[in-house]
Amino acid sequence: MANKKLAFQDIILTLQGFWSKQGANLMQAYDNEVGAGTMSPYTFLRSNGPEPWGAAYVQPSRRPADGRYGENPNRLFQHHQFQVVLKPSPKNIQELYLQSLAALGIDALEHDIRFVEDNWENPSMGCAGIGWEVWIDGQECTQFTYFQQVGGIEVDSVTSEITYGLERIATVIQEVDSVYDLEWGNGVAYGDIFKEPEYEHSKFAFEESNQELLLKLFGEYEQEALDLLDKGLVHPAYDYILKSSHTFNLLDARGAVSVTERAGYMHRVRTMARKVAKTFIEERAKLGFPLLKDEALREKYLGKKGKYTKIVEGEEK
Amino acid sequence: MTNYLLEIGLEEIPAHLVTPSINQLAERMEAFLNENRLKFDKIIKFSTPRRLALIVEGLSESSEAIDEEVKGPSAKIAKDAEGNWSKAIQGFSRGQGATPDDLILKGDYYYAKKHVDGVKAEEILSKVGDEVIAKMTFSTYMKWGNNDFLFVRPIQWIVSLLEDEIVAFDLLDVTANRFSRGHRFLANVEIELKNANDYASKMPENFVLVDAEHRKAEISAQILALASENNWQVTLHKDLLEEVNNIVEYPTAFVGSFDPKYLSVPAEVLVTSMRDNQRYFEVYNQEGQLAPNFISVRNGNAEHIENVVLGNEKVLVARLEDAEFFWKEDQKLKIEDLVAKLGKVTFHAKIGSITEHMARTKLIAAKLADIAGLTDEEKVDVARSAEIYKFDLLTGMVGEFDELQGVMGEKYALLAGENANVAAAIREHYMPTSADGQLPETKVGSVLAAADKIDSVLSFFNVGLIPSGSNDPYALRRAVQGLIRIIEKMNWHFDLSLFIDQFEGQNHAEILEFVKARVQKLLLEKLDRYDIVEAAINSSNFDITNMMESAFVIDGHKLHEPFKPAIENVSRSINLVKKAADIAEINPALFEEDTEQALYDAVISLQNQWTYKPCEEKFRAIVHTLAPAIEAFFDNVMVMAEDLAVRDNRIALLSEVVALTSVMADFSLINTK
Repeated sequence: MANKKLAFQDIILTLQGFWSKQGANLMQAYDNEVGAGTMSPYTFLRSNGPEPWGAAYVQPSRRPADGRYGENPNRLFQHHQFQVVLKPSPKNIQELYLQSLAALGIDALEHDIRFVEDNWENPSMGCAGIGWEVWIDGQECTQFTYFQQVGGIEVDSVTSEITYGLERIATVIQEVDSVYDLEWGNGVAYGDIFKEPEYEHSKFAFEESNQELLLKLFGEYEQEALDLLDKGLVHPAYDYILKSSHTFNLLDARGAVSVTERAGYMHRVRTMARKVAKTFIEERAKLGFPLLKDEALREKYLGKKGKYTKIVEGEEK
Repeated sequence: MTNYLLEIGLEEIPAHLVTPSINQLAERMEAFLNENRLKFDKIIKFSTPRRLALIVEGLSESSEAIDEEVKGPSAKIAKDAEGNWSKAIQGFSRGQGATPDDLILKGDYYYAKKHVDGVKAEEILSKVGDEVIAKMTFSTYMKWGNNDFLFVRPIQWIVSLLEDEIVAFDLLDVTANRFSRGHRFLANVEIELKNANDYASKMPENFVLVDAEHRKAEISAQILALASENNWQVTLHKDLLEEVNNIVEYPTAFVGSFDPKYLSVPAEVLVTSMRDNQRYFEVYNQEGQLAPNFISVRNGNAEHIENVVLGNEKVLVARLEDAEFFWKEDQKLKIEDLVAKLGKVTFHAKIGSITEHMARTKLIAAKLADIAGLTDEEKVDVARSAEIYKFDLLTGMVGEFDELQGVMGEKYALLAGENANVAAAIREHYMPTSADGQLPETKVGSVLAAADKIDSVLSFFNVGLIPSGSNDPYALRRAVQGLIRIIEKMNWHFDLSLFIDQFEGQNHAEILEFVKARVQKLLLEKLDRYDIVEAAINSSNFDITNMMESAFVIDGHKLHEPFKPAIENVSRSINLVKKAADIAEINPALFEEDTEQALYDAVISLQNQWTYKPCEEKFRAIVHTLAPAIEAFFDNVMVMAEDLAVRDNRIALLSEVVALTSVMADFSLINTK
């Protein structure tokens, strides 16, 4: 690369600049612990229903089981995703993605870029999509997905989701072996910011977390989410679903959940996710899907009477 | 004679679907052309991750014209009372463009002769979009944009050329034309195809090796050349090669390396990282030891390949770093501590913990060890392995690479000082992992593997989690199929019905039916006589080895001369015994004829050590000793004698015959017609 290598924050700025011109609104990271950018309401909730939507944001993503005490060069308790969602999926979305890599200075002719099948599934959120992992020189750098089902509901309009693993992309761009050697910006190293928290969070998640407390919290968060859903308060309910999901991940990292028990917990989270997705569509329908401007589509989904025509599946038995 | 090119341009198709998809496309095209009576010589297939293409060679210019006869009204209603053509006939004729006098009478019906003109190839091919492409089926579909159309991946372009002419059609928002696309990076432009016949030469010029077999040969040659250059041995794993072939359009193989220090990690772990996670080919030195190198294939040319090598090496190091971390950390763990923790790990919420599952398996294994005739030392090993065999589930390595469960267990057990039998059993207890997967080799491993599977089935059936239809979430069918194969291979003889009755639990009858259905399925994969299989699996004691062996023995003799009469005599005995209400004790004093005594003697002579005799011996005894005696008996005595005591005694004698033959099979189920 001829130019000075992009710092971590320059990568974010470049991607924001690129995607904001492609119809994505720049949102901010969601202020709740999540395992992935998909869990942000800007993706999860908005990908249901017929309304068009475009968003791009950085999402710090916590995966307790991936913590390595700051000792592994690229496994992290918390990494950063740059999330792009465009709905409906544009015909040239793969081209756009490749152009965004070029904007970051990644010349496809100097690397090996591949779209390797990876049908993404998040069973605990009732989500399924078709797509790929994008490999750059063997490194999985991006998850690329066409959403087919969200919250257990088949989507009306397909969202294309692009999730850049920022640390992965940055290690390719800056040509370093360890994430801790990345330059965040202004000469400050990634390790100077995150190495200590990585150690502490790993220590916490694997050794010090209070299992009884977590078990109790999971139940309480779940109850709160269900109560709020009964009241039709979609967004607060969703916050509590995220809290219970993160609590489950902490329990899982502690090895406190067996394979079969995991199925039980995931079922509980999934039940909530389905409910919230369904309630979200109902609430948007009540507002008349304000973002849906296309007359033909308004007719298709709202009919002549202005009522949402799609039957939302019942909850799981 | 003309050639037709169809190319469907797609976003990257999953590697494992490329070959099945192009085969399907060719089959559908062939069926479509045949239906339309459009003759052709052959269909040539091309496929890459981004395109499915066909060239139909030697197409006729139009479909064949045919003369056909269209069935009309019956003769009964053809004419009215005055002998004039009826309304029905007139209407039919009009519809066929004929007059009633043109019709021909064949049997009871009138037929119209109809000439169907040939249709131009262009016109037929213009329906390819709806009639061929849109009808394709896939294991997974997707939709995109605001469309409801489902396909394997979004369609980006379609080329449809009959020689140099576009055969236009629309599919969704794509209009077929003459523009293909080159390699995604090396020739990222529209490629104008002037003629269908240019395809095979023009695409490689644009860095797309469209001939999949040629591309695969190219990859193989490149890999073998690199291996030979470096003095390595390499295996071109078939599945891996197929996958790699279907993720590249223009392959360039390259070599990477990693720090030899990682060779201290078990080879299985390194190979899993390279082969399964990264799609690399692992290489070995001339002594057969894993080398700290790999061969991978880039989707592109050799320009700047040093970046690709460095990147791939870096990724692998990160994976190996993780593996080494687990390998070291796991060795600090104590097996006993891990086993203790398994008490908190649920086997299934309705069933209990893994510790409980292991404890039950241990009891079952002990009883199987008796049946299998293990030595005292081996029995100690069975007990020890059953106490600890799931411990590796809680190691970091298995947490990360779950496909290494058992494999790591063996390694860690050996390091912890367990003996080789115990360690091997831990690895082998998962076997077989597929329908024709490898079976355990050691006796201890076989016993543990069988016991683990028996407990799984008993436990799930006990709480009512019984597979039904296609619903088998705990893979119990696979477990039972594995169990059957182990029992057969080890030649264990025991009555499964009595065996499982030693253990408490519900639904034992359902378990036996479930097992029987699996035995039947395994047998029907190799034998085509359903009745013989039925006879074998309905033998009187639930001895799986006997069922399997019996079916093959009977099947092997089905064409031999004495087969039919022997089976018929035995069946006749079975049917008579079935009709009897009670079976008396045999009293030889009541025998009236020599043939009764002779049959009785034959039965007595066979009873000794009968049950576990090899099936071949049993079958010969039935055919050559028992059946002639039965036949003589039937020829000379009236079973249904007037004297009730004599009659009951004869039935009792036959029931002894049936008791003997039923151990091998229920011969009355065999069709001798």
